[in-house]
Amino acid sequence: MNPRITLATAGRVLRQLRHDPRTIGLLLVVPVVLVTLLRLVYDGKPQIFDRIGAPLLGVFPLITMFLVTSIATLRERTSGTLERLLTMPLAKLDLLLGYALAFGAFAVLQVAIATAVALGPLGLHVAGPAWLILVLAVANAVLGTALGLFVSAFAASEFQAVQFMPAVILPQLLLCGLLLPRGQMQTVLRWVSNALPLSYAIDGLTRVTSTPGVPGAVLADLGIVLGCIVAALGLGAATLRRRTA
Amino acid sequence: MTSTGGTVSETAGAVTGTGGTVVVDGLLVVRGGNEVLPGVSCSVQPGTVTGLLGPSGCGKTTLMRAIVGVQRIAGGSVQVLGMPAGSAPLRGRVGYRSQASAVYADLTVAENLRYFAAVLHAPASDVDRALADVDLAPQANQLVGSLSGGQLARVSLASALLGAPEVLVLDEPTVGLDPVLRRDLWALFHRLADAGITIFVSSHVMDEATRCNRLFLMRTGRFLAEDTPAGLLRQTGADDIETAFLRLIDAAREREGASA
Ligand SMILES: Nc1ncnc2c1ncn2[C@@H]1O[C@H](COP(=O)(O)OP(=O)(O)O)[C@@H](O)[C@H]1O
Ligand SMILES: [Mg+2]
Repeated sequence: MNPRITLATAGRVLRQLRHDPRTIGLLLVVPVVLVTLLRLVYDGKPQIFDRIGAPLLGVFPLITMFLVTSIATLRERTSGTLERLLTMPLAKLDLLLGYALAFGAFAVLQVAIATAVALGPLGLHVAGPAWLILVLAVANAVLGTALGLFVSAFAASEFQAVQFMPAVILPQLLLCGLLLPRGQMQTVLRWVSNALPLSYAIDGLTRVTSTPGVPGAVLADLGIVLGCIVAALGLGAATLRRRTA
Repeated sequence: MTSTGGTVSETAGAVTGTGGTVVVDGLLVVRGGNEVLPGVSCSVQPGTVTGLLGPSGCGKTTLMRAIVGVQRIAGGSVQVLGMPAGSAPLRGRVGYRSQASAVYADLTVAENLRYFAAVLHAPASDVDRALADVDLAPQANQLVGSLSGGQLARVSLASALLGAPEVLVLDEPTVGLDPVLRRDLWALFHRLADAGITIFVSSHVMDEATRCNRLFLMRTGRFLAEDTPAGLLRQTGADDIETAFLRLIDAAREREGASA
């Protein structure tokens, strides 16, 4: 691994994004629109908006970065750029961390805008500090990128790649505690839920919603999410082969 | 080596010596359940422009992928600069221009080259040199996705010229280019070879064969001949390489027919 090559890769990924203003616009605007819609849906029940607002701010970057990354890396495979890079002095981790850095950095912008709109004009109330929402949501974005890098190895086409979103992300969303608190789930479902990374990100964001300051439990949740990122990147590295058939 | 006697590989080994920038020995590659390369051997001599010619589908790309170390192989060995193909110290010393353009369509020409130069730890000035080499300086700030086919082929070639490769593996680099540009690129290959770089270049267009120092003629995963262009003409009594190739194919077919 070489930090110079990692940074060059992150810069390249961001430069590709810069040439695609429509994608940038969608990535930045859609979360704002959705969180506004949520506020309007619960217009008469602001306490519900307050309960699920912050957790949802963490779900958008997970979904968008998962999709963007899995398509981007699939393109690297099909266009031959991945093969070219793997003949060069680039470590697999340079590529994986380059993507994680680039989309993580972009997620800071995405989450900052959506959180600012939610806390400001939409009047979302959270007990904890706003920056903690940002940290957890950006960790989710990097988790999305890491999972996207991993699953793209199993997709032979863009059609297959987009199908991994409902397959990999939606079950986590169903079981993360947003629909039903995790404590009230059937035992088996709760076990499954305990094994899914999004559960801990949502636990953390729910705690930020209700608890002032920086509780240790939130840091523990964050730690688990970071561990899942490392694991997903490791799996991504394992599925990235220099030699192919 | 002693007991089996005069196989093609050993004959070639005897002629060219055990050295060679690229030494392929008994290379076996299976793709999609087929033996695409059923145990081929060859060696590419340093500082030459060596051509790999054969009809499309005969296994040129597969052989080149094995030489740059991205092809999974089922047997045999490939040595480049005295090391196993694809080993870490070789990355950066072997430039590869794959048959696919392998550049980012959503970046400009210069952004593509700057990124690959950064990965190779090549100086920034390499980008301008490579662009000049392939005559693409005016398009430096154009998006790759908007280039013509020939321009795209040249960006891809320029990326392989970055840094200081000692071996260049070029898979059909002149496909789709006009005659003037093709002549210029072949002149470039010879300039690079004169500077000591070993060039292994494939083509399915026979009229490019005469521009090579040495030729490998390939058909369905096997070498029909390994010689200089003049040697091939002499060996087959043909006036041009295309005829020579056809005669070699006919001879091979006759042998196959006789053994069937
Ligand atoms: N990914 C692959 N899976 C299965 N078969 C392949 C694959 N790539 C190439 N082949 C087959 O291998 C043979 C040689 O292909 P290739 O090396 O690309 O030939 P050439 O470069 O000479 O046109 C062809 O018959 C081709 O169909
Ligand atoms: Mg080919």
